[in-house]
Amino acid sequence: MRYNVQTTMATRTDQAALRARRGARKPDVPVVELKDVSKVYPGGSVGLERVSIRVGRGEFLFLVGATGCGKSTFIRLLLKELEPSKGEVLIAGRPLSEVTRKKVPFLRRNMGVVFQDYKLLPNRTVYANVAYSLEVIGESRDSIRRKVPDILNLVGLSTKLHNYPDQLSGGEQQRVSIARAFVNHPPLLLADEPTGNLDPETSIGIMQLIYRINRTGTTVIVATHDREMVDKMRRRVVEMENGRVIRDQVSGLYRPDESTTEFAVRLRGELGIGPEGHPN
Amino acid sequence: MRFGFFLREALRAMSRNAAPSLAAIVCVVLTAVVLGVFIPVVQATTGTANEVRGRVVVDVFITEKATDIQVNQLREKIVGLPNVKGVKFISKEDALARERGRNPEAFELLGTNPLPDSFRITPEDPDGVAGVVRGVQASGLPAIDEVRNREQDTDKILQATGVVKGLTGGIAVLLILASIALIANTIRLSIFARRREVEVMKLVGATNWFIRWPFVFEGVIVGFMGGVIAILVLWIAKETFIDPLSDRFALIAAPDTIDFPALVAVLLLASIAVSAAGSGFTLRRFLRV
Repeated sequence: MRYNVQTTMATRTDQAALRARRGARKPDVPVVELKDVSKVYPGGSVGLERVSIRVGRGEFLFLVGATGCGKSTFIRLLLKELEPSKGEVLIAGRPLSEVTRKKVPFLRRNMGVVFQDYKLLPNRTVYANVAYSLEVIGESRDSIRRKVPDILNLVGLSTKLHNYPDQLSGGEQQRVSIARAFVNHPPLLLADEPTGNLDPETSIGIMQLIYRINRTGTTVIVATHDREMVDKMRRRVVEMENGRVIRDQVSGLYRPDESTTEFAVRLRGELGIGPEGHPN
Repeated sequence: MRFGFFLREALRAMSRNAAPSLAAIVCVVLTAVVLGVFIPVVQATTGTANEVRGRVVVDVFITEKATDIQVNQLREKIVGLPNVKGVKFISKEDALARERGRNPEAFELLGTNPLPDSFRITPEDPDGVAGVVRGVQASGLPAIDEVRNREQDTDKILQATGVVKGLTGGIAVLLILASIALIANTIRLSIFARRREVEVMKLVGATNWFIRWPFVFEGVIVGFMGGVIAILVLWIAKETFIDPLSDRFALIAAPDTIDFPALVAVLLLASIAVSAAGSGFTLRRFLRV
């Protein structure tokens, strides 16, 4: 993965750019690697406990689990928003502990981030929101004018360039945030509950977009509890519970091999009702 | 640094957040106007106080029997003392002429001149006048008849002017502190309203200065606009009130106050510096993501 290297591929196609970048990298370095990482918050609550995981280039990974299981901690560690209490986080083979505070912005330029609450700049238009992440890396105005409409076209928002975020639906806002995350073609895309606020139909559209981005060779990590999506996509699934990884399956379901009957049993069990029958 | 980009960003942010920007400008205007009125007032009062203090003198009266040599000895001694600004010899004839001018009838009754020769000493620092008196007395030269510094007058002058100076100085400091706090607070509010925006900027990989520059520019613009409006207000007030009055009454034309152009420069610089620094510093808290 590149650090501090300006992208100069405006003239080439994305695919060609990707091939060029791939060629420059060592083939077997995982894009994301956690080595025995623990995170304990100042209050004493545990975010992650001894998590070790490797995510290879071009992988599509679902991070699933109940709220508070450590999914968001995982994502925030990768963004270096948090420091691990123990262990080491490596991005493209480089330990994040070596990245100084000043270099953090340059680290983040290599990652696209999508959040449940979109995190768009409220008083900028769709166009300006996407353009901002290019302005940040010092892209010329000409190239911004070329790239932004392209990417907005890709996410299907070419008619809403000059709308403000509060004039858009949730799904549209999420598309803008995906466009913003991907406009400078980062090698890694992180999504924290990207469909958490959206209805199933819209969610499919969003997931399609993320999948398309993955197909261009970008490594994608999606934290979600959208069960339906995980089950349909059949990608690598890492399930977490209380900060630990309890399952890592190459092509998994949100909850493995659970029939409707089994689910019913579990539901009743959790309600304190016996395994059979109704309470009355 | 991409000047144009940051300037555009600052202007865009100001037009999108018109209300907080306006509040900040009004704030700068008010404090600048108050300062603009207060600076000349402080200067006029301290100027007057200093003038009054300039009247503090020490008189050394010379005995009748003193020879010229002894008088010269005394003069050299006085000149050699620390904290002496000037020494003036007042002969008995000069003294009589001055006193007669003050009160002609009283002196017509006198046949001879009862007044002695004297030296009038002007001290460098009026507060150290007692030291000068002691210095002259301690020399014990035969020419000295009496050393007087009109003690009561001196004490009163020193006390009164000291209080005036202290008061105006204290008020000026308070006023400046209050202005800075007020401007900083208003700016903090307007930035606080945009802290989420800053958070998002950091997430897409903006460096701290990339985020900060537009805010600093905004501060400069706010400070400049506020300063200009304040100066206009002051100028109108000067033209319509102070100038006609000072033409008529010599009293209002206080001795050494700041020139209007200098005042303009001070106010403008101060308001720009305070609001730019305020924006830059306040942002620091939100940049720690």
